Amino acid sequence: MTQKSSCCPESDSGSSFTAKRKNVCCPSSEDKAQETAAPCCPPIETRERTGYRIWPFVAGWLETPAGSVPRIATRLTTGDMLGRWQMRWGIGRMRYRIAPGLYAAGSPGPEAPVLVTANYKMSFDALRRELGGLDCWILVLETRGINVWCAAGKGTFGTDELISRVRSSGLEEVVSHRRLIVPQLGAVGVAAHEVRKGCGFQVLYGPVRASDLPAYLAAGNQATPAMRRVQFSAVERLVLTPVELTGMLKTTLWAIPVLFLLGGIGPEIFSFSAAITRGGAACLVYFMGLLCGAVLTPVALPWIPGRAFALKGAIAGVLAGIAGLLLLPAMSVSHGAAFFLLLLAVSSYCAMNFTGSTTYTSPSGVGKEMRRALPLQALALLGAGVVWIWSAF
Amino acid sequence: MAKLRYLEGVTTLSLDVEKCIGCGLCPAVCPHAVLKMAQSKADVADRDACMECGACARNCPVQALSVKAGVGCASAIIHGWLTGSEPSCDCGGGTSC
Ligand code: SF4
Ligand code: SF4
Repeated sequence: MTQKSSCCPESDSGSSFTAKRKNVCCPSSEDKAQETAAPCCPPIETRERTGYRIWPFVAGWLETPAGSVPRIATRLTTGDMLGRWQMRWGIGRMRYRIAPGLYAAGSPGPEAPVLVTANYKMSFDALRRELGGLDCWILVLETRGINVWCAAGKGTFGTDELISRVRSSGLEEVVSHRRLIVPQLGAVGVAAHEVRKGCGFQVLYGPVRASDLPAYLAAGNQATPAMRRVQFSAVERLVLTPVELTGMLKTTLWAIPVLFLLGGIGPEIFSFSAAITRGGAACLVYFMGLLCGAVLTPVALPWIPGRAFALKGAIAGVLAGIAGLLLLPAMSVSHGAAFFLLLLAVSSYCAMNFTGSTTYTSPSGVGKEMRRALPLQALALLGAGVVWIWSAF
Repeated sequence: MAKLRYLEGVTTLSLDVEKCIGCGLCPAVCPHAVLKMAQSKADVADRDACMECGACARNCPVQALSVKAGVGCASAIIHGWLTGSEPSCDCGGGTSC
């Protein structure tokens, strides 16, 4: 994981253990983000400061009236990609933040545009990878490592933080204009008119996606209607599913022992062999429900009928249940019915949970859906349990 | 996206056209093209597409728009019901964020 780079004098062998020595230039293997070092850094003395370590995406420094500003690389490294993958699975999610403040891409002058983003490294990476060949300033707000949209919803990516970050970064001295380009989704937390009152900067809402930024800038800060629309493509839905699965981890850790325990109940009060066979089968059904609701439903979202997610999940569960009944060895009717209900309830519940990750569900709608669906899901679960235990006798 | 539509008739969005000064900001911040400009005033063109994000209301300089914004995530809403507090969650976060 630790890559030796040309700029680091004797970081010893490539071994990740020896590389643990404090070396300001090279990220050590303790680095959670598993970064690789930037290909070329200025002499160590100019980058060193006791107690600080420099992120590998910093390619150099730019002197400005407000002090030196880190100049960032616009190409992502394999380390960035690895960190991205970790984040998708929710590993070390909370710690993926970078220092807020002013950064530079290319060689921006006083006329260069100022782009605002969150200090969630993935937001920052998504932005800087689009800035190849552009000269601009990046103002990173403190959102405690949370992306723009979610932070704006919580208010951390908001008017007050923006105003105080403009002030503390000395932006007024660095640029001659008074415009900030804020990602459109940041508008949930930022009030343009209040920012203007608070620090004299005009807020321009940029496109939803960072990938549209070059086109937006080239068009003189004009966004097309398409740039203003939030999308929710199959790929976007797919990358959200791992977090759905890890989100169900706690429930799953409870469900498995309960299923094994219930599986053992039978004519001889409790049988270990029954716990293994019946409990194991039920666990299999549970996992099928999990996959149906948390992976299949999100990915196939537009093609599953219905609007409520609980309904979509239930439909996916029914389809999977029918497939399962056809493929699996024959079982008793009561047994089959119990598994069918379990599958339905789990799939429906997991699908309903996915509403939190979508880009188009309204809280009022989710509340309405839940008030209807939760009792039904609980009933299905209860029915499954009763029929299943009864089928053992 | 055109295919993906959520429940109808639930949004709490309301627009007071009398108050609107026609600044044009709300159509620019809405991620679902709910709002349009019509005769230099804002107009609700596609009410049922509203996801209650609150961006329009936050940016309206004259409070012509109001919406009960919040998180639409099931586990947070359950938590809110149980604890009697406003739902809040650490949402997954799309690639567009
Ligand atoms: S709350 Fe959000 S989705 Fe609804 S109209 Fe306002 S900006 Fe558009
Ligand atoms: S933001 Fe307010 S004043 Fe501006 S167009 Fe929309 S409703 Fe009218």
